[in-house]
Amino acid sequence: MAKKIYETPMLDELENGPWPSFISGIKKLRDEHPDERIQEVTSSLLGQLEHSYETRKGYWKGGTVSVFGYGGGIIPRFSEVGSAFPESKEFHTLRVQPPAGNHYTTAMLRQLGDSWEKWGSGLQTFHGQTGNIMFIGTTTENTQHFFDEINEYGWDLGGAGPCVRTAMSCVGASRCEMSCANEHGIHRLLVNNFTDDVHRPALPYKFKFKVSGCPNDCQNSIERADFAVIGTWRDDMKVDQEEVKAFVATKGRQYVIDNVVTRCPTNALSLNDDDTLAVDNRNCVRCMHCLNVMPKALHPGDDKGVTILIGGKRTLKIGDLMGTVVVPFKKLETEEDYESLVELAEEIIDFWAENGLEHERCGEMIERIGLVNFLEGVDYDLDVDPNMVSHPRQSSYIRMDGWDEEAEKWFERKMEEAAA
Amino acid sequence: MADKPRSPIESGCPDAFQYMHPVMRKNYGQWKYHEHPKPGVLRHVAYSGDEIWTVRCGTQRILDIFTLRTLCDIGDEFADGYIHFTIRSNVEYMVSDEAKVEPLIKAIEDAGFIVGGTKNSVTMISHTQGWLHCDIPGTDASGVVKSMMDELIDEFRENNMPNRVHITTSCCQINCGGQGDIAINVQHTKPPKINHDLVSNVCERPSVVARCPVAAIRPAMVNGKPSLEVDEKKCICCGACFPPCPPMQINDAEHTKLAIWVGGNHSNARGKPTFQKLVAAGIPNNPPRWPEANAIVKSILKAYKEDAKDWERINDWIERIGWPRFFEVTNLPFTKYHVDTWRGARNSLNASTHIRF
Repeated sequence: MAKKIYETPMLDELENGPWPSFISGIKKLRDEHPDERIQEVTSSLLGQLEHSYETRKGYWKGGTVSVFGYGGGIIPRFSEVGSAFPESKEFHTLRVQPPAGNHYTTAMLRQLGDSWEKWGSGLQTFHGQTGNIMFIGTTTENTQHFFDEINEYGWDLGGAGPCVRTAMSCVGASRCEMSCANEHGIHRLLVNNFTDDVHRPALPYKFKFKVSGCPNDCQNSIERADFAVIGTWRDDMKVDQEEVKAFVATKGRQYVIDNVVTRCPTNALSLNDDDTLAVDNRNCVRCMHCLNVMPKALHPGDDKGVTILIGGKRTLKIGDLMGTVVVPFKKLETEEDYESLVELAEEIIDFWAENGLEHERCGEMIERIGLVNFLEGVDYDLDVDPNMVSHPRQSSYIRMDGWDEEAEKWFERKMEEAAA
Repeated sequence: MADKPRSPIESGCPDAFQYMHPVMRKNYGQWKYHEHPKPGVLRHVAYSGDEIWTVRCGTQRILDIFTLRTLCDIGDEFADGYIHFTIRSNVEYMVSDEAKVEPLIKAIEDAGFIVGGTKNSVTMISHTQGWLHCDIPGTDASGVVKSMMDELIDEFRENNMPNRVHITTSCCQINCGGQGDIAINVQHTKPPKINHDLVSNVCERPSVVARCPVAAIRPAMVNGKPSLEVDEKKCICCGACFPPCPPMQINDAEHTKLAIWVGGNHSNARGKPTFQKLVAAGIPNNPPRWPEANAIVKSILKAYKEDAKDWERINDWIERIGWPRFFEVTNLPFTKYHVDTWRGARNSLNASTHIRF
């Protein structure tokens, strides 16, 4: 039977204009793909999408689809208008974890594309907002076949539902001079420690790890990750004064004063009369601005590590939350350092799994119980630190029965630090 | 008898080193600086003296297999066989030799992809699934992005903005698209319409009640059946009840609108990261080209481009010129709906005599 072609006047409008058109791509599958199954599925998909454009409504509903042994990783989609568009009435997405940092060989992309052509619609996205490769559109039966095939050559599903989700890391050390951490290593170490929690959703809600190599935070981890790991350094930034002079000579003093010196959020920079740069490193907050403007002249220091912020998330339910500093600085050099990072993640997830309400993100739980209860509740050495707050308490409505002991703890910690 | 099901290999996230360009692998963690020779091209130099040249390009993001193979063909013929994707779904080709850059750019452009998206450009709009695949969308992300990128293509190709511009879209108020310098997000304006015949069969009612951010939902018997009712005066029309309970239909051809938010910035550079703020709402959800939303985005970009100083992101620019001036230069109305009422709202009020005239 010849495939049915639907009229798509509204979608056709999206074939006009200079930007590459996803509609043209789907139509090419419909019109030119050798496999009749793909022709029919994509034709039907275009029919339903046009129907959405005309009525301004979506027509997919969820359901329960998973592969053998897993409880998540598939986004099930059944059409509510399947009788009108039957060939795409089951149109599930498989979320597949990309390599850390999103590096691919063309050979591997072709292999994945070939498998998806065999079992799915021939449509894919690199990547969805959580960071997964999205293989868009197949039947319940074929999800298993596709997964079996790609799983054999090294690919695994990501998370969907109340579970540890696919993690993300920036290009980082593989190409960026700002990198202060082994982003890809941290990414894999953390998320692959929780494969069981990725594949079998049993947490209060989603939990995301994101790793950025420097405070530019290209992975939006503070805003979007429950567990944000961000590279930083604690010694002096490196200044190549000859390159500073060269930059001043090219751009002019006014440019450097207007775009570097006066943009420093803590007034930690000064342009000397001889066109070298003076840096007040004790007051530098590692914001990255001056390094971004002068990448040849200024570099992160050598004593690198990470800052960890917990609890970032988007709107649902109580509104947007940024992550909060929970570990101001952590060295990641030795095997023990990395092991303790994993331990921190385990303890935080355990505490949240125990104390979080249904559908409550980790940051919302912290909002509900207070940061101090969180720090004290997590079975890990998390001492309060002024780097965790924008400013101390403003409200006097607080009982402080334990003040003397707490003050003593602070002084003991300071003595230990001084002795170390 | 059926075959025994195959047990999964729980391999998790794959190691990237096997797929990484050899020059990047060799110089991992040893990069010294980078330069930006022209829009769409980056040159990174390692302490070893090795160089890697990156050419970035924009695509339609929803890739059909033909397009994916075309991208691979370009990679094989002109770019050493490696591809990297940015967080905003741009494709990056890496080559170790400057001589390969221009032929690579030509091949990309000849194939219909758009070179750019680096530095002070309007880079690819990050977007969500929309009508193509989401179960709760109020609009279609891919179509909004396509129509908008058609108009912003020169800003993608060039570096004419004061700093980089990240635009995002979201098809519901959960905002999967995240924070952006400019965000185009669905904003519902009417409470859900409830199909009481279906609620008790489809929805786990206590979960739905718990999901509401303002406690506007309560269990009720309707027409002799257990259902849910919404206090429409309390309802903020957020749509949070719709995913767990599809009979509480929130999407509506007329009353599902778009809103535009500005000033979200993930970076710690200069100031701390910021969330985006509402600037425009009530914008028609108007497929296939969303001209009204497009026009507002373009007017905001125009004002920013003309008025912001070098290195100011949109949030930095507004911080300097102030919100009264922002509404003046963009010709957008400031209404009572711009004054926040959510938790922490008081912190957003002006408790000073800092007034702009």
